Amino acid sequence: MSIDTVNFTPYASLAGGVMIGFAAAILILFSGRIAGISNILGGVVRFSETRQNQWRIFFLAGLILSPWVYGLFFALPDAKVELDNLGLVVAGLLVGYGTRLGSGCTSGHGVCGLSRLSVRSLAATLVFILTGIITVYLTHH
Amino acid sequence: MSLLISFFSGLIFGLGLIVSGMTNPVKVIGFLDIFGQWDPSLAFVMMGAILVGFFAFRHTKKTHKTLLGETAHLPTGHQIDRPLLLGAALFGIGWGLAGYCPGPALGSLLSGGLKPFIFTASMIAGMMIFHRLHQS
Repeated sequence: MSIDTVNFTPYASLAGGVMIGFAAAILILFSGRIAGISNILGGVVRFSETRQNQWRIFFLAGLILSPWVYGLFFALPDAKVELDNLGLVVAGLLVGYGTRLGSGCTSGHGVCGLSRLSVRSLAATLVFILTGIITVYLTHH
Repeated sequence: MSLLISFFSGLIFGLGLIVSGMTNPVKVIGFLDIFGQWDPSLAFVMMGAILVGFFAFRHTKKTHKTLLGETAHLPTGHQIDRPLLLGAALFGIGWGLAGYCPGPALGSLLSGGLKPFIFTASMIAGMMIFHRLHQS
């Protein structure tokens, strides 16, 4: 293992993390809801409980508009996707199905779950980081 | 009021993803690449988020109410069961392949060209397949 000192951004990442934590904090403190993106999106694409879905749609609207708002003030940072389109389809299916089966993703389990000291979310977080590491090892080494 | 909070929470969440570097899939893969040139940045994202989130959730766990006096919807599941672990494992594989998890994918729709659209459409399809298969 060697640290990638060129791309390492501890301060920006910590600051961004604090913003994410703040967003999750105001949602639970004022709306009583969990900022878990896969559960929010999953609820909306179920098309059943329409009244329940109002807050979810407003949350997703804010999230989707965020690069536009950011771009009003700063230049958006570079983003690069290595994977080809077919790979993205496979990865998307795994992420969509897996987050529903496992009841959460990086935000629901990783941020909100660990913040409320949930052992269930800790287990999920360790598993998805582990299989993520194994996947990157197999595809990159 | 509650809907406005939801909107701003989503907006701040998305801005945080951009500032932190999470909307760059190559950087996310750099975090998972502990056997190569490891970029530990995303551990700092988690630390920052939990640092703030901890106090908010500690308060809510105690009162089970929002600051506006309404019922807070905290998850009730405690079981570490097969669906949790299998679902997390599948999610991790997809995350490691693409470098996208659900938040950053949605937060890249307006800035990332075609690729986040393909990923997001497929992710929604994966969710709908789950809903179809698990409808009781």
